[in-house]
Amino acid sequence: MRLVKHRLFWPAAALVTLLIVNVVANPNFARITVRDGQLYGALIDILRQSAPLMLVALGMTLVIATRGIDLSVGAVMAVSGAVALTIIDSPSSNPNSLGTVLIAIVVAVLVALVLGAWNGFLVSVLGIQPIIATLVLMLAGRGAALLITDGFITTVNSDPLSFIASGYLLILPFAFFVWLAFVIIVGVIERRTALGMLTEAVGINPEASRLAGVRSRGIIWTAYIASGTLAGIAGVIYAANIKAADANAAGYLIELYAILAVVLGGTSLMGGKFSIAGTVIGVLTVQALDSTILFLGVPPAQSPVFFAVVVILVVLVQSPRVHRWGRSVGARFRHSDGEADAPSSPERQKEVAR
Amino acid sequence: MDEARPLVELTGTTVRFGATVALDHVDFRMFPGEVHSLMGENGAGKSTLIKALTGALTPDAGTLILDGEARAFHGPHDAQEAGISTVYQEIDLLPNLSIAENILLGREPRRLGMIDGRAMRERARVILHDLGLDLDPAAPLGTHSLAVQQLVAIARAISRDLKVLVLDEPTSSLDLDEVAELFRVIRDLKERGVAILFVSHFLDQVYEICDRITVLRDGALVGEYLTTELLRIDLVQKMLGREASFFKARERVEEAIGSEVAFLSARDLSSGAGIVGANVDVAEGEVLGLAGLLGSGRTELARALTGVDRPDAGIIRIEGEAHALDTPRQALSLGVVYSSENRRSEGLVGDMSIAENIALALQAQRGALRPLSATKVRELATSWVEALDIRPADVDVPVRNLSGGNQQKVMLARLLAISPRFIVLDEPTRGIDVGAKVEIQNLVGEMADNGLSVVFISAELEEVLRVGDRVAILRDGHIVETVASADVDVDSLMALVARPDLPEA
Repeated sequence: MRLVKHRLFWPAAALVTLLIVNVVANPNFARITVRDGQLYGALIDILRQSAPLMLVALGMTLVIATRGIDLSVGAVMAVSGAVALTIIDSPSSNPNSLGTVLIAIVVAVLVALVLGAWNGFLVSVLGIQPIIATLVLMLAGRGAALLITDGFITTVNSDPLSFIASGYLLILPFAFFVWLAFVIIVGVIERRTALGMLTEAVGINPEASRLAGVRSRGIIWTAYIASGTLAGIAGVIYAANIKAADANAAGYLIELYAILAVVLGGTSLMGGKFSIAGTVIGVLTVQALDSTILFLGVPPAQSPVFFAVVVILVVLVQSPRVHRWGRSVGARFRHSDGEADAPSSPERQKEVAR
Repeated sequence: MDEARPLVELTGTTVRFGATVALDHVDFRMFPGEVHSLMGENGAGKSTLIKALTGALTPDAGTLILDGEARAFHGPHDAQEAGISTVYQEIDLLPNLSIAENILLGREPRRLGMIDGRAMRERARVILHDLGLDLDPAAPLGTHSLAVQQLVAIARAISRDLKVLVLDEPTSSLDLDEVAELFRVIRDLKERGVAILFVSHFLDQVYEICDRITVLRDGALVGEYLTTELLRIDLVQKMLGREASFFKARERVEEAIGSEVAFLSARDLSSGAGIVGANVDVAEGEVLGLAGLLGSGRTELARALTGVDRPDAGIIRIEGEAHALDTPRQALSLGVVYSSENRRSEGLVGDMSIAENIALALQAQRGALRPLSATKVRELATSWVEALDIRPADVDVPVRNLSGGNQQKVMLARLLAISPRFIVLDEPTRGIDVGAKVEIQNLVGEMADNGLSVVFISAELEEVLRVGDRVAILRDGHIVETVASADVDVDSLMALVARPDLPEA
């Protein structure tokens, strides 16, 4: 019973159910093969491919906790990918040198950080509604990315860059370690310092927090900077995966999937209490669903509908109202004589009237 | 009077929430043309009984007889159809619509299938006129004060066949004139044979307007009394079920205080139109009461003193040194703290636990990078929960589940945890029960005894006098006089608060 009460129980249950359905439908889903001391399989693919969404959703969690929203993450990914690949692709540099790639990544992430700081400035200093403030960059960012790549899709063949997306460290994909590291870093920063608690206070009641002396401006700003930075890293990983900077496709609609993952993980869009572990579960759920569509061979034309139906099911499974309804239906089955503790049942009301 | 048939009668009303019994076989009746008050501490079951009466919840057992007929309400709508209307403290009208639209919402007069605006305004005017209100029915509701909005809510209620009117804490945000206006309307409705349930924490008002009082305690009925036959002290005792804990008299700081010994002194403080040219001196260990009507600038002064609102003009000296208190954070770092009158919107962080709420200001002061450990937070919270007798004593409970009095104590604990030197308490006892009220008053005394400078704001003059060593009287944004509490009584203070400025010759 305690386990059921835990706030991550239902998100985790949804993920596990989804995985079980997959395995039942096609036992190959669970198969993991070892090749050259490296693991392969559908489950490993989920771990590898979830890296961009995971990083974006981590930042989104912090922003949502402050009662905000960051719609610009996809555009920031496009910009950072364009910056990184333009540097690697420049005639003076050697795409296969580790130094070049590192410089490219650092510059790209710094640009993303500045973009995040811009969002934070609009929201926390100028007091613009987050949805509008980040919409500016969402629309302008892709244009900027196109400018950087001169309107082309910049492609590169760079081994160090490709390693980020498809390389292996020990037996698992490198990309998995990247997102794991950032989950731990963000978790430690939020929960080992008081930042997480102050962020929640600002998200739940901004005015009460201000009167209690909380630096809400700095805290909100920090959240947007974190979101921008993490989106920048996600942009590099995405570009590494397709070995190209595609300003239109990079991070397309990822803001919505990130919001979905955060909500599936049990963080309320109203701000306040947030859960990093919940977001991890949420991202894995979204990613597993994506793989399911491929794995079950759902035709591309129907896949959005399939995706939507499963999301609705997952959300329903987590809804407290559905839980209550489930319990009262269960109770009615057990006591057919109307002894159930449902004061609003029609039998009750007749008794009151008598 | 007892021979008359009750208009509405609840018998054996029982409401359970899970394992807890919120109402235990309570009988309650209301007579036509009578004002009835429901009294009890927070959690006594008042609001549950109101909800049972108005159809907002269905009791687990009990009968409801309205006008001689057994009824069962399946929702507030049923109760309204039957003639039972409720006006809540938080007014549930639509500020963006006109007064006429609000009064006749859902029952608009129609002509050729379209809403007939002219007929609607005319009908609204008649209804308002019936209540003796001279308002333009076409004006948007939102442009009027809360008091007017409340009267419009009543107008809406009487515009249909009204038998029972429930007023839940109708006066908590009204000033004296507005209360008088409301009472005039209540008396008028009484004449027409409406049964009125008037729920309020203000004993004075209950005794002024009510004919009959029903007392609840811990979900059970204590008794029904005629107001004229129930002494106040007996009423309080019945509500508390024990000897009322009385206010401890405290040594007062008697001598007048000049700015040379003041801990905090403000000169020519102005903030918007709310407060103009205010001079305030508060010594260490002194309680300064602020008395004034709503809108006199009490809250504006409090906010300007504590950095919540940046003052437009004026200078604040702390121990003789001028400081800029532009943000609450700066003020807090100087030990100047403010406890807001709006507990829910400006005080508590509802979804957080008691422990986190108590630690919030201290943690904010230390900064995000120097976290208090979870053990420290618990120790800190537990010590304050014990010191202030906060209930429940479980520091992990979210504060939104606490009663008003305990929420107030959590806010105090948060501020006291940073060892302040100067604390402004804005209406700390509003909307909390008598027992907790006395506890808070005593606590203010203890704070002052420990060397804290306190500014105490309350709409209840008696309380301001009891708690304050001196009382500053505010009218229209000006401090008109500062008197020693020993030199005035409630009546003379009331005269000072209400006296209109004499026209200058």
